[in-house]
Amino acid sequence: MSQNHLLETARDLVRRALEAGSTDAECTIAEGDEFSANVRMRELEKLKEAGSRAAGLRILIGRKTGSAYTSDLSAEGLAHLVRSAVELADVTTEDPHAGLPDADELGAIPGDLQLYAPEVEGLETGLKIDLAKRAEEAALAADARISNSEGASFDAHTGRHIFANSRGFAGEYRTSYCSLAVSPVAREGDSMERDYWYTVARGLDGMEAPEEVGRTAARRAIRRLHAVKVETQKVPVVFEPRTARTLLDNIFEAVHGMSIYRHESFLAGKLDQKVAHENVTVVDDGTLAGRFGTSPFDDEGVPSRRTVVIDRGVLKSYLLNSYAARKLGMKTTGNASRGLAGNAGIGHGNFFIQKGVQTPEQIFAGISNGFYVTELLGFGVNIVTGDYSRGAAGLWIRNGELAFAVSEVTIAGNLKDMLLGIETLGSDLEFRGSVAAPTLKIGEMTVAGR
Amino acid sequence: MRFSESIFAQRFQITPPDLENYLAEALSRGGDYADLYFEYMATSSISIDESMVKSAAQGVSVGVGVRVISGERTGYAYSGDLSPEKIRKAAGVAACIASGPGKVDKLDLTEGALQNLYPVLTAPTETAFSERVELVKRADRAARAYAPQIFQVQATYADNLRQVLVATSEGTLTLDRQPLARLSVSALARRNGGPPQRGHSGGGGRVELSFFLDQKPPEHFAAEAAREAIAMLDAVEAPAGETTVVLGPGWPGILLHEAVGHGLEADFNRKGVSAFSGRIGQKVASELCTVIDDGTLGGRRGSLNVDDEGHPTRRNVLIENGVLRGYLQDKLSSSLTGTESTGSGRRESYAHIPMPRMTNTFMLSGQSDPQDIVRSVSKGLYCANFGGGQVDITSGNFVFSASESYLIEDGRLTRPVRNATLIGNGPEALKYVSMVGNDLRLDEGIGVCGKEGQSVPVGVGIPTLRIDRMTVGGTA
Repeated sequence: MSQNHLLETARDLVRRALEAGSTDAECTIAEGDEFSANVRMRELEKLKEAGSRAAGLRILIGRKTGSAYTSDLSAEGLAHLVRSAVELADVTTEDPHAGLPDADELGAIPGDLQLYAPEVEGLETGLKIDLAKRAEEAALAADARISNSEGASFDAHTGRHIFANSRGFAGEYRTSYCSLAVSPVAREGDSMERDYWYTVARGLDGMEAPEEVGRTAARRAIRRLHAVKVETQKVPVVFEPRTARTLLDNIFEAVHGMSIYRHESFLAGKLDQKVAHENVTVVDDGTLAGRFGTSPFDDEGVPSRRTVVIDRGVLKSYLLNSYAARKLGMKTTGNASRGLAGNAGIGHGNFFIQKGVQTPEQIFAGISNGFYVTELLGFGVNIVTGDYSRGAAGLWIRNGELAFAVSEVTIAGNLKDMLLGIETLGSDLEFRGSVAAPTLKIGEMTVAGR
Repeated sequence: MRFSESIFAQRFQITPPDLENYLAEALSRGGDYADLYFEYMATSSISIDESMVKSAAQGVSVGVGVRVISGERTGYAYSGDLSPEKIRKAAGVAACIASGPGKVDKLDLTEGALQNLYPVLTAPTETAFSERVELVKRADRAARAYAPQIFQVQATYADNLRQVLVATSEGTLTLDRQPLARLSVSALARRNGGPPQRGHSGGGGRVELSFFLDQKPPEHFAAEAAREAIAMLDAVEAPAGETTVVLGPGWPGILLHEAVGHGLEADFNRKGVSAFSGRIGQKVASELCTVIDDGTLGGRRGSLNVDDEGHPTRRNVLIENGVLRGYLQDKLSSSLTGTESTGSGRRESYAHIPMPRMTNTFMLSGQSDPQDIVRSVSKGLYCANFGGGQVDITSGNFVFSASESYLIEDGRLTRPVRNATLIGNGPEALKYVSMVGNDLRLDEGIGVCGKEGQSVPVGVGIPTLRIDRMTVGGTA
């Protein structure tokens, strides 16, 4: 099916929903092709290749909504889709805030956002397998203690995103990505540890060399060997970028417009108040060319934009779709995000914390006794209260240097205090996905162990 | 169910000779084994928030996955379109994993007998929306009526009906109809404008809608969510460090899922990357512990008549009196290790490759009176409810996060404590189990297990347990 055909299908579904009695309608169509190759211990293990597409329709009859989705895009399937969505408006409640964005809020960022690399579709299977093999080989060859592996994988994906609504918006964009990941297993004596490293880009060009990915993964697995459980104590905690990023995930949940109007976030009602250390500036930017959080418009047809969420420690904005905005008496920030069924939720663009000036080594140098966290386990974060307690592994900092591996401990605190305690930010901000943070140091957390 | 009565035969006009042809295409370049997994999944969900039913959605997804196994290699392709050309194309793509002469053995598919663990005549997905919407409205009303401190309630009811057909190059043809329903309630409580706390509850299973009318009505889950939220209003800081932990019965069984379950999945063990690799016959828990994974419990969320490779599910003993007995096997791992499938091959959908997974994982009851277990602890933590958990299967370290717990002081539960994560090491943690209650309970039917990006419904359960030593991740 050609691209114009799918855009036309979306427009047509909106039209048919209106004919069936809807007062408003919005239609999402997603189409994608996926490929993955896994190798393990130098042999090809799995090959997967397929394409799929599906459509979702949400309608309003007055202030009541209904929604439906289908993977059956035949004439019969689409007719059923319209009927299914419309009939559900009967069971929902009149919601004074339900609706679509205003027509003057709709639109798309012009120009090429570099989200799609055409070469991804034509990549030779043999080349993709070879990249995975080279990455795993580099990990296995890096050190005699890397004696086993969970393998390496190369994934490629291309997608097409189509959205149309009854306020006159119709748009589409294409995306692609390639990723290469390696998970080596290090073993020495009774100690066995696994870690991983990866590279991801919109096309082959932006990827790191497979050998570099493999060596980094091996280095990470080896440094975890012979980990010990430390005694329970309160110390400074340094998050490396991979774990620091998860704090941004927590901040995102806390500024999520739906959580704000329900008062289920520790940041609800805190606009224009100091919520973080003055070093901390958090930005959501859906407009950065080529990045993974970038799109020309959000999932309600509102142009993506740059929003400063926390400015030098002060909470400046929540992230909103049009519904949360109406609930809060604000304007949408272009952060609508949705699957195929149901009302729009809220997502982020490129969500990151602005970098500081120190290298990780300079940050360690100022710590006589502390914990450098390289891995977090579990889901022990309560956004309602800010209570934070997660499993952790990493390296102990002794007299300004990394000293020995630590595991089977937890780190705990409250996000309110943790954000205020982000004393130092590293210079090593890089985007390996839509959420990014540099190395950061929190003044004090509780490490629970022996 | 007879094949001729299935949706695949009736709506999509697929015939047994078609299936045999697709399997032949899949093995056209050689390969040891091929299977087809057809899925027709209808889902619905209804949500209430601020006492308004803000969302109702329904949908259909349909597709077929084609798998070819050649030695240790797997080729996989799928199609969301069940036209013969598209299925043949997918079979051709999956076939590329092998490189040899085609297999031309004549296949004669035969339909096997099936367990009937969820004799559901009308699946909830097939009932009127007007009946189901009442469930979330009742949950909302009941949670708000529970106490004046409750100021926000959200409830979501979701169900699906999955119809599957598995045809294999070994000649088996299996059909199943898998209903599933769940109601979840979340409540926020606040006292005098102070900081809020959340409580959560939910449940369901492979049941008819009457389950939520007769057995576990919305009011049951609503009251439980509201109770937990209010209990947590008085929570104090959780302890930090090693302490004695008592786990209440039911959902805290997530301990077993994380501490031992994942580590016993055969794919990790075949590759030697699990902390449990090569430990069959060794002592990995106290002799009080017998751990079972059982996919045959009637109506349970984690149960299946057949796994997603067409094998009947079974009751598998993982740990018996503290000794490691077996792994959870799927087709690929069992073939490569010369054992048999334990009916543990599961996948999220037709777009996913099956792998060994848990079903309902629980520990058998012991001899102790649950009250005696609490009385035996002079200082420790009692955990009544949990959020999620996670495990690093290679190091064996696992966590699970308590959402409702209490200090134990001199044999009595005293104050509630704030959310804390518990951490342990799989092959070690259960060695410290010193008392096992006589009160095994399974969870109410809310579990979702994630592995390598695939989510499947599961169940867990334990009796009350005393664990002498475990690290609690509080701040006090």
